[in-house]
Amino acid sequence: MAQRTAVIGVGQTYHRSKREDVSIAGLVREAAQRALEDAQMDWADIDAVVIGKAPDMFEGVVMPELYLAPALGAVGKPMIRVHTAGSVGGSTALVAAHLVASGTHERVLTVAFEKQSDSDAMWALSIPQPFSAPLLAGAGGYFAPIIRAYMRRSGAPDHIGIMVAVKDRKQALKNPYAHLHIEDISFEMVRDSIMLWDPVRYLETCPSSDGAAAMVLASEAVADRSSSGTPPAWIHGMAMRSEPTMFAGRDQVNPKAGQECAADVYRQAGITEPRREIDVAEVYVPFSWYEPMWLENLGFCAEGDGWKLTDAGATALDGGDIPWNCSGGVLSTNPIGASGMLRFLEAAMQVRGQAGEHQVETVRRSLGQAYGGGSQFFAMWVLGADKP
Amino acid sequence: MSEPVTMLETPIKIEYEFTAGLAQSRYLKGISEGKFLGQRCPKCTKVYVPPRGSCPTDGVPTTDEVELGNTGIVTTYCVVNVPFQGQSIEIPYICAQILLDGANIAFMGLIQEVPTAEIRMGMRVEAVWVDKKDLGPTMASVKYFRPSGEPDAAYETFSEYL
Repeated sequence: MAQRTAVIGVGQTYHRSKREDVSIAGLVREAAQRALEDAQMDWADIDAVVIGKAPDMFEGVVMPELYLAPALGAVGKPMIRVHTAGSVGGSTALVAAHLVASGTHERVLTVAFEKQSDSDAMWALSIPQPFSAPLLAGAGGYFAPIIRAYMRRSGAPDHIGIMVAVKDRKQALKNPYAHLHIEDISFEMVRDSIMLWDPVRYLETCPSSDGAAAMVLASEAVADRSSSGTPPAWIHGMAMRSEPTMFAGRDQVNPKAGQECAADVYRQAGITEPRREIDVAEVYVPFSWYEPMWLENLGFCAEGDGWKLTDAGATALDGGDIPWNCSGGVLSTNPIGASGMLRFLEAAMQVRGQAGEHQVETVRRSLGQAYGGGSQFFAMWVLGADKP
Repeated sequence: MSEPVTMLETPIKIEYEFTAGLAQSRYLKGISEGKFLGQRCPKCTKVYVPPRGSCPTDGVPTTDEVELGNTGIVTTYCVVNVPFQGQSIEIPYICAQILLDGANIAFMGLIQEVPTAEIRMGMRVEAVWVDKKDLGPTMASVKYFRPSGEPDAAYETFSEYL
């Protein structure tokens, strides 16, 4: 990439099922304000704003970026909207990063949000169409058959999904911003929760959250002069990939677009053994089984072995060698549009040493990943404490 | 003093006309006659159903029409046990990926006439249509799929469609 680029400020809202105290504008401003404070900047310092959210049909506000411009200090400045379904938070951060890496701007504010209490995502994802039966019951109805295919293909035992659900909720207890804080979360509690989309149980799915995330991305010159007390997180590699949602012979369990996106990011970052060279990862896991599936897709192990890493505790903050989703992940906080950006932002927090109780000791490099739609959109970045 | 108003629910509605395009019009016409029509890619020879008019892999028009059979394989499935707005089927119900015989891509279908505990990957199923007089250019013409009674397909025969 042309210009060195770094994250110099991060901010997020306290995520809840209903943030009735703020409008969408208030929600995005809250996250953006925190990111600016973290970067020791003011609204006037920002050159451009890049914003993303899930499809407009969710809240029923068409092109909300137009009315959000004043709340984000973007009046009279370039403002770009990004659309890539659930991966949008990641793609939005990457579009912002490219504006800096290309030398177009020096300081870019990027924001992503969802206000699920204003919307009905389940309905929006289940619109009847004349050429398909009206069966799809939200995202769970789409992904559960793919999860079943993974279980069959890998021979993974049933308890793996439950383990991920417990681990991520336990880790969320260390993250004050997380939506779900289930103090007494246990294997039995998850196992005994209702089957919503068999084989996916209620507690193996993500919640519906209101929330926003924001970051300030800066050029090397700006990052070097930054008065923020926290060190920058440098971008070592970034990529997006997509593939058609439906084509004959598509591997829906282990999509090629995800594998190629990871390969590109690792090549840029000079990573050949992700499990050894990445200290912590924040990966989009909205249904518990996606942890072992993405462990394989992201090359942390051979195909078919993902569940063995989870089973051995390798992905736990407490004692694992490759902690995944120390923040509690999407399973604990899901403001859809912001969920991808939260992965990217948490990866930055880990490198910058600002993750508090869920901080992993000595992070030199971290991975942030988001996916969306019918697993056809992928976005990833690798961040490092040192300049690339 | 009354409570301040903080939220207002305003139901909205959008009506739209759906233009199916050439390939899907052919497909829906077939459905209204009680048959599944797919299209074959002249390059990779894969058969798409419902056809979209072009092959996503080769980027060429799928010109050859193929009439598919009434039977197929459940490649994978889930049991839906969650209510949602606009739902028209009683829960729990089986939502399956069905690979019609002769097709190279599975589509989603409802499975009935089998207890949810007995559904399995590889089960052979057949389409059950509405009465002839009620057939129309909509997927509502296919009431559901049900077990055909044939032996299950071996995993290896459909594993590449997952």
